[in-house]
Amino acid sequence: MTILHAVAPPPPLDHSGRAATTRRRALRLRESVTAFLLRVCAFSAVAGLLLIMVFVFREALPVLVDPVTRHEVGVSRIFATPLWQPVGNLPKYGLVPLVVGTLKVVLVAMVVAVPLGILSAVFASEFAPTRIREALKPVIEILAGIPSVVLGFFALIVMASWLQAVTGSPSRLNAVNAGIALALGIVPTIFSVSEDALRAVPRSFREASLALGASPWQTAWNVTLPAAGAGVAAGILLGLARAVGETMIVLMASGNAAITSGDVFDSVRTLSATIAAEMAEVVVGSPHYAALFFLGAILFVTTFFINVFAGVFVERLRRRLAGA
Amino acid sequence: MTADALTTRLPRLDKARSYDWSGFGFTALTAFAALLVVLMVAVIMGNIAFFGWRTVTWEFVTAAPREGMTAGGIFPAIFGTVALVILMVVALVPFGVGAAIYLHEYARPDAWYTRIVRFAVNNLAGVPSIVFGLFGLGFFIQFVGRSMDRALGLDVVWGQPALLWAALTLALLNLPVVIVTAEEALRTVPREMREASLALGATRWQTIRYVLLPQAVPGILTGAILSVSRGAGEVAPILFTGAAYFLPYLPQSPTDQFMELGYHVFVLSTQSPNVDATKPILYGTVLVLLLLTFLLNLTAILLRSRMRARLAGRL
Repeated sequence: MTILHAVAPPPPLDHSGRAATTRRRALRLRESVTAFLLRVCAFSAVAGLLLIMVFVFREALPVLVDPVTRHEVGVSRIFATPLWQPVGNLPKYGLVPLVVGTLKVVLVAMVVAVPLGILSAVFASEFAPTRIREALKPVIEILAGIPSVVLGFFALIVMASWLQAVTGSPSRLNAVNAGIALALGIVPTIFSVSEDALRAVPRSFREASLALGASPWQTAWNVTLPAAGAGVAAGILLGLARAVGETMIVLMASGNAAITSGDVFDSVRTLSATIAAEMAEVVVGSPHYAALFFLGAILFVTTFFINVFAGVFVERLRRRLAGA
Repeated sequence: MTADALTTRLPRLDKARSYDWSGFGFTALTAFAALLVVLMVAVIMGNIAFFGWRTVTWEFVTAAPREGMTAGGIFPAIFGTVALVILMVVALVPFGVGAAIYLHEYARPDAWYTRIVRFAVNNLAGVPSIVFGLFGLGFFIQFVGRSMDRALGLDVVWGQPALLWAALTLALLNLPVVIVTAEEALRTVPREMREASLALGATRWQTIRYVLLPQAVPGILTGAILSVSRGAGEVAPILFTGAAYFLPYLPQSPTDQFMELGYHVFVLSTQSPNVDATKPILYGTVLVLLLLTFLLNLTAILLRSRMRARLAGRL
């Protein structure tokens, strides 16, 4: 590549009085206009986030303030009613089964995905020969690239039958089925964030440990992993936020029955799947509509705080490794 | 970590004489975890390829569904997906690249407004996709669309689910992807080139336009392709902003509803009246969607690794 080709010829210098002044003024104007436009682009991200907040909360607001809506889905009712039955003569909007359902699926997903993600990240960064590592990373990228609707499809059509054959559980679609599919969706997140953190640990840490006579696995377990701890924690939190908000997988693989129970082999209905399943048939402005936006607001706030928390860990890791 | 902490964490070494079984166990466990992930990916891809490849014929990708979607092809869904991502990219790339240029070339890295923008980008990337769907419904359709109808004195043209609103919702969802990759691309351009250009008398914008952007093109393309691949696969944001269950015609304008591959997979696998009759079509649709996203991702990965190699070469 030649530098000469990349640079356009500078405008010819012109020292002849007025023409040059106008030209310079036009140039300066163009500079400040482009700078302004670029700033607008950058702040579009801020505007987007703010608009999401404003409009999701605005549509959810009747749950808190509108008397007609509150009669059906007031806050006191939402937390006291044990059932979610939005359709019928006497609609019931109880959050409890949905929250319990979400927690169960997310718990299963985390139990599967956290060890898988972290251990394979340790393998890739500490033990694997270069060639195997170079083969492993594209596989993880492929997994990350599988659309969630495809994972949902696989869990619904294929995996559910296999699991039922193994566990003999009465309901084919349940929290375990959805949780495992969801784990597949978040393993790439946990893996890549953890692996980045592990590889950011300075070589001198490992060399010091090995020089003191520790074996490679002792070094990985006692030195590298703790040093990268904040990054690994960030990976887990980012995976958690994704698991809480993920929609298509749980919508397709969980069975969608709003049951409050502790059994992970029961069919469950999550917050996200409830929105996805019911919003299409809802009358705009009805109590049900506001209730679904209220669920969306809960999801937004939950994932927002988990993500902010993850950001704190990322920052801590950066400082720690910069100071080392 | 201090040296003290390091030594106290080290295990005692007097046991190290016999073979280190626990060490072997731990190493094997990590390898097993990696193997398990690879196996699961292989099983999913293998299953879909095995049951899907027979269905995917030229007729399948060029014909419309027939007989209650138990026969025929998926052309309308492919057409809708392509139209959707094209609209999305047109809306998304200028904003994403502009934001990246601002963050990397103009903004002071530690200023409060820079930190706010970065905070927004990071957290926008973490908003659940279904919340984007709610936002699209509440903002684009109910607020912008309805206001446009009222202002123009129309019946209901803009204030309903449509291709345009779905594309804009997806554009916002993918904004962080494009910003992050474009910024990474700008980082690969060496500082000397900026300095050379400025020293020759070029203005800041001329430097960006004629020196930085031509070099950052692979990175910008990577971001655009990644966002297309994500956009083609995301279903939750378009559930109530424009995707249709079945349409007998192709969308004619941005205000029409559309069929989409991912949504088609969802509909076929959850709402089919005859599951066995739909199954070959379902597998075929999944395979087409997967091939599409896979090819796009592959292109993006190759472009990015070339860009990173260039960066490594320069350092």
